[in-house]
Amino acid sequence: MPSASETTSSSTSTSATETVKTASAGSSRNRKRGGPPARGTERGRRKPEFTSRRGLLIAAFMAPAAIFVAVFTYYPMIAGSQMAFRNWNLTDLSDTSWVGLKNFRDVFADPAWGTVLTNTAVWVFGSIVPQLVIGFALALWLRRKFRFRGLYQALVFFPWAISGFLIGILFRWLFNSEFGVVNDLLQKAGLIDEPVAWLADPKTAMFAVVVANVWYGVTFFTIMILAALQSVPEELYEAAALDGAGKVRTLFQITIPYIRVTLALTVLLRVIWIFNFPDLIFGMTGGGPNNETHIVTTWMIKITQQGDYGRASALGLIVVATLLVFAVFFLLATREKRDDKREVKP
Amino acid sequence: MIGKESTAGRATKFTVLGLWLVFTVFPLYWITITSLKAPGDIFTFPIAYWPERFSLENYSGLFGKADFGVYLTNSLIVATVAGAVATAISMLSAYVLARFEFRTKSALLMAALVTQMIPTFIALGPLYLLMTDLKLVDNRLGLILVYIAVCIPFCTVMLRGFFENIPDALEEAAMIDGLSRFGALFRVLLPVMRPGIVAAFIFNFVNCWNELFLSVTLMNSDTNKTVPTALNGFISSFNIDWGSMSAAAVLTILPTMLLFAFASRHIVQGLTSGAVKG
Repeated sequence: MPSASETTSSSTSTSATETVKTASAGSSRNRKRGGPPARGTERGRRKPEFTSRRGLLIAAFMAPAAIFVAVFTYYPMIAGSQMAFRNWNLTDLSDTSWVGLKNFRDVFADPAWGTVLTNTAVWVFGSIVPQLVIGFALALWLRRKFRFRGLYQALVFFPWAISGFLIGILFRWLFNSEFGVVNDLLQKAGLIDEPVAWLADPKTAMFAVVVANVWYGVTFFTIMILAALQSVPEELYEAAALDGAGKVRTLFQITIPYIRVTLALTVLLRVIWIFNFPDLIFGMTGGGPNNETHIVTTWMIKITQQGDYGRASALGLIVVATLLVFAVFFLLATREKRDDKREVKP
Repeated sequence: MIGKESTAGRATKFTVLGLWLVFTVFPLYWITITSLKAPGDIFTFPIAYWPERFSLENYSGLFGKADFGVYLTNSLIVATVAGAVATAISMLSAYVLARFEFRTKSALLMAALVTQMIPTFIALGPLYLLMTDLKLVDNRLGLILVYIAVCIPFCTVMLRGFFENIPDALEEAAMIDGLSRFGALFRVLLPVMRPGIVAAFIFNFVNCWNELFLSVTLMNSDTNKTVPTALNGFISSFNIDWGSMSAAAVLTILPTMLLFAFASRHIVQGLTSGAVKG
């Protein structure tokens, strides 16, 4: 088993595919490994004949998944990646020669690039922070049974079953400047005097897409944190109560430290996911007004629609590279998690 | 917090929970109400929160003007088949990843994670060319194959979590009783896993049902369109027919919401045990 650092240091997309291939082809070469024995398998059975059968079984069971992902996900991605270094424009396919880093230079030289980056940061962090805070509060409150808790959970989890694109459309209708219910409610409450054109003004449009994303994403945090809270031993709370710790202190000294790995992991997973999630903005503003609500991935869609596949692929590689950095954190966090589990298991 | 709740604490808690519930449910209420207004009543002042007359005109228009029934059928077929096959394939890979130690394991898990970072659009062009070569463009089978690949990584991680929640002792006992490894897997383990398998299938189904960009790229004829593609077609650059759009949205949301309500508890379990163990 390679260590995490080995895996990440070479984790370009190519090595990932190679591993997919070797896994489906050559994992029958498994011999005795160092490290801990496998969990509950082949205990006390170390015949070589069994080892090769075991390798065959692993290979056979992994093969369908590996083949599907290699053919329909990794192959197109790698083929698409090499477009990033070519002059690949649908408007003129006569010359698809190698142009090195030109597409990347074009991306960075684009006057809109600064806005796109700023928007991406607002989109990711502006969504993550409220999602985490609200999700955490809901999880804490949903721990204790109350009447209709099951129904409440089912209702509050609904947004999750809807596609991001459709949520964008839903909120486009809510924030409609003339017949939008948001303006109507705010006027009734006396908070605004006249209708606001939410999606026509860059500042309010960015705010509106983030609101929609918060509406969508709180559920995920609630679920993850709720499950993590189940694992905190009751005795800890009893001990804290005996020591006379108040609610706030218990929260910060017991609950949060105990589930911090899950918290970190959930945040990282969501950062990856939200970063790579153009659907909602695509449905809500299409990147408008005047390209002012584009994030990196919607910008990529726009460039693709203009036919400049080379530049779009360069953008795609920038996304993958950025997110791989997050994956390193992810792996480190999961390793810590495993150690934690060992410590707390009786 | 576990412990005594003060009255003030309870009041705060239920107020915030109530507000969040309203915030969550209201957009869904609003799109439903919009869809049930007569097309002329959608754009009137003052905005009606409860229409004076209900009308199914938007819905009948959907099945008259557009072939919405065909789109729903296509989505249903594609999501059901792709979801089921992806669940079966992921079950095998998840089993191996949960029960064996082998050298390429962490690399495989890493490869699964990387798939989540790849923007769909980097792969679209080559994927379209590949499907053209395979003669699978504008063909439901083609979309199903692509969706299976899309579902596998996450589904594998989720199911692996379920497998890890089941003690090894269960299989060991079955194998000591003379069952083969396969016998133990299919006769003992899978029956215990049934809720998890159902949840994984529903999760895949919902993901396929909701997917937009791949289906827009690969399905271009009217008879093969899926629902999200049709919804995308309702948006012209300046104008949205909000009557049709709201009715279509309700019809799109309803099936997945019912499925989700049915399986949310299992999904919660699967996600937490699967995703956290990475």
